Amino acid sequence: MATQSSGDSDFINNLGKVYGYYAGGFLAFVVLLGLLEMVGVPNKVLGYLFVFFTIAVYAIIGVLSRTAQVSEYYVAGRRVPAFYNGMATGADWMSAASFVGMAGTLFLLGYDGLAWVLGWTGGYVLVSVLVGPYLRKFGAYTVPDFLAFRFGGNFARFLGVIVLVACSFTYVTAQIFGTGIIASRFLGMQFEVAVFVGLLGILLCSMLGGMRAVTWTQIAQYIVLIVAYLVPIIILSTQHYGIPIPQLTYGNAIAEIAAREQQMVKDGLAVLCTAQACPAGSLKPHIQPFMNYSTLNFFGIIFCMMVGTASLPHILMRYFTTPSVREARQSVAWSLFFIFLLYFSAPAYAAFSKLEVYTNIIGRDVANLRPWLFEWGNLGLIQICGKNATTLADIAAACKAIAGHPGVVRLQDFVINTDVIVLSTPEIAGLPYVISGLVAAGGLAAALSTADGLLLAIANALSHDIYYKMVDPNASTVRRLTVARALLLVVAVAAAATASTRPSDILAMVGWAFSLAMAGNFPALVMGIWWKRATTTGAIAGIIAGFGLCLFYLITTRYFPQAGVDYFGMTAMTNPVTGAPLVDIAKPIAATAAQRVGWFGLNNINCGLLGMPLGFLVIYVVSLMTAAPSKEMQAYVDEIRKPRGGTVLQEK
Amino acid sequence: MAPTDSKANEEAHWAATTRLMWTMLGIWVFFGYIIHMFVNQLNAIKIPILGFPLGFYMGAQGSLIAFVVMLFVFARKQDKIDRDHGYAED
Repeated sequence: MATQSSGDSDFINNLGKVYGYYAGGFLAFVVLLGLLEMVGVPNKVLGYLFVFFTIAVYAIIGVLSRTAQVSEYYVAGRRVPAFYNGMATGADWMSAASFVGMAGTLFLLGYDGLAWVLGWTGGYVLVSVLVGPYLRKFGAYTVPDFLAFRFGGNFARFLGVIVLVACSFTYVTAQIFGTGIIASRFLGMQFEVAVFVGLLGILLCSMLGGMRAVTWTQIAQYIVLIVAYLVPIIILSTQHYGIPIPQLTYGNAIAEIAAREQQMVKDGLAVLCTAQACPAGSLKPHIQPFMNYSTLNFFGIIFCMMVGTASLPHILMRYFTTPSVREARQSVAWSLFFIFLLYFSAPAYAAFSKLEVYTNIIGRDVANLRPWLFEWGNLGLIQICGKNATTLADIAAACKAIAGHPGVVRLQDFVINTDVIVLSTPEIAGLPYVISGLVAAGGLAAALSTADGLLLAIANALSHDIYYKMVDPNASTVRRLTVARALLLVVAVAAAATASTRPSDILAMVGWAFSLAMAGNFPALVMGIWWKRATTTGAIAGIIAGFGLCLFYLITTRYFPQAGVDYFGMTAMTNPVTGAPLVDIAKPIAATAAQRVGWFGLNNINCGLLGMPLGFLVIYVVSLMTAAPSKEMQAYVDEIRKPRGGTVLQEK
Repeated sequence: MAPTDSKANEEAHWAATTRLMWTMLGIWVFFGYIIHMFVNQLNAIKIPILGFPLGFYMGAQGSLIAFVVMLFVFARKQDKIDRDHGYAED
């Protein structure tokens, strides 16, 4: 025992060295693969080497970090320094959607896409100022732990678990889906097989060592993902502008895009979207705001993603692992810094890709298209003239079939899947395959690290909150950890099985998770810390009302639009540019993936905007109607507010 | 050290903490929302050399930098409040 802990503190003291060597080793590995490519090793072999080498490293870290202590398993022994916890949180936070999808979203939506960039960064201010450090002082293992303590026991705990599972399960499914997509695209593996390979990677990292293992692997994964994200675009920026800082040089690319947009309209290569008419495929200028989202929905997305950040259990629980409250605050700042490195680069990806597409694809003779297009066309990710861009001949035939087609590619002829933007950048820049492999490894790291964090959040809630606190409070340490691991396995397999069926709504559900977390958790957490008068009855009523309203709005608008119109006074959503209704509500309305009815034109991803204020109001009103919390409880709240002294809750 | 456990000290600590909280939320609202409401007006201004329209730049980088800086400043200020009232950890 003594030797183990002195070995541990050696490790903590030498973190800089350990991860420095690791980062150096990783770069050497990339160079080595580059050399292998030069001597003629086939791309497919390089891809496999990349994926299996990185997963093997994560797995080794996971196995080395195995533990038999409960506090190590749940909160990594509360010894993770602020800087490294920030890095781990960065990896925990940035999912497959951030890594692969964000730049594509910005490409498609232009300025409006920045709602996501803002929403997924600014929330950390709320984490640090309102919630995170106080939960650290409280000393819980899970978020429902806090709700149970502050709000009178297991009913509040149970509600906390429901909110947690509702927002985390779809999210983890999306991550496993993401690993499947990346592995199948780069390794040519069958999607269903790839999903279970990804699952294996996730389990190896988390099962034996819980939070402790996940923390040390997430740091390793952060290093891989940030290197993979920045390298291609730094090279691209150097090629275009001679300066290796893409975040500064893309300002010029944006000016060039704006000039090219006007030229395209003038040359008849694009139709401008205007308030009179805005057909599908028409040009929406890159920097023009509110072309894709109404002003309400643009700011709604920013708000819901920000508040959602401060309510998501898998993020909040990362701050349970720091040695002190002070370090929890510093750690939030580091987290955002590491996240910022990726998010402020994503718009550069979007701008460079858009410039490439607008100058080298739009306006080009159909017979003269560049070959990199067809690889993605074969995967169904790029369409030209309404057909997958598989071969030159197919495209030429498809375009000829369109009446009055000029023989050059017009904007409205060209459709690209958003995932392609990041994945194809190395090819567009003409870089060797090894860089593409690096990007794949980065995407995988992003998906795996987020999946690990989420899986742990769910399994911990089930094992700690449901099993240990509600079912068998006398369970031994060995038994608790066995149950925790078994539940982790069950949840992981369930998520992988769900992902392998390719559920159609999976990506939309990630956005929903933020609103659900916001409506369910935020009012109760904030009032629990900042208002001593908040009572058990008030909090329980508030959670049910806020979460319930958000869930109701989501389900009704997505699956039962007709009922929404008939019974709940919903009206048609409108096009943000022309103001035309998206559906005639006088006729029967079928449920479609794109939302067509709602209240006040509110996008259902923003349902937290309805649920959260209701939650606050209900907690406030009901609390005032019920007797104030005991003196004892109020003293506990005072304790949470002072960093000094031990944790309020002494977890075993 | 001040009489840390007196009711007055406790209340003063919490009042200072609350004040800092509202200040932070105010700056957060400004950089998260208010400045982006003027995106069209700001876009008329071009940042010299870099070439970004200012409204776009604030959404893509400016506000993000503000958030990061805010968090480091907040960590220091709150720590100072805790120290001044004798509630900081050792």
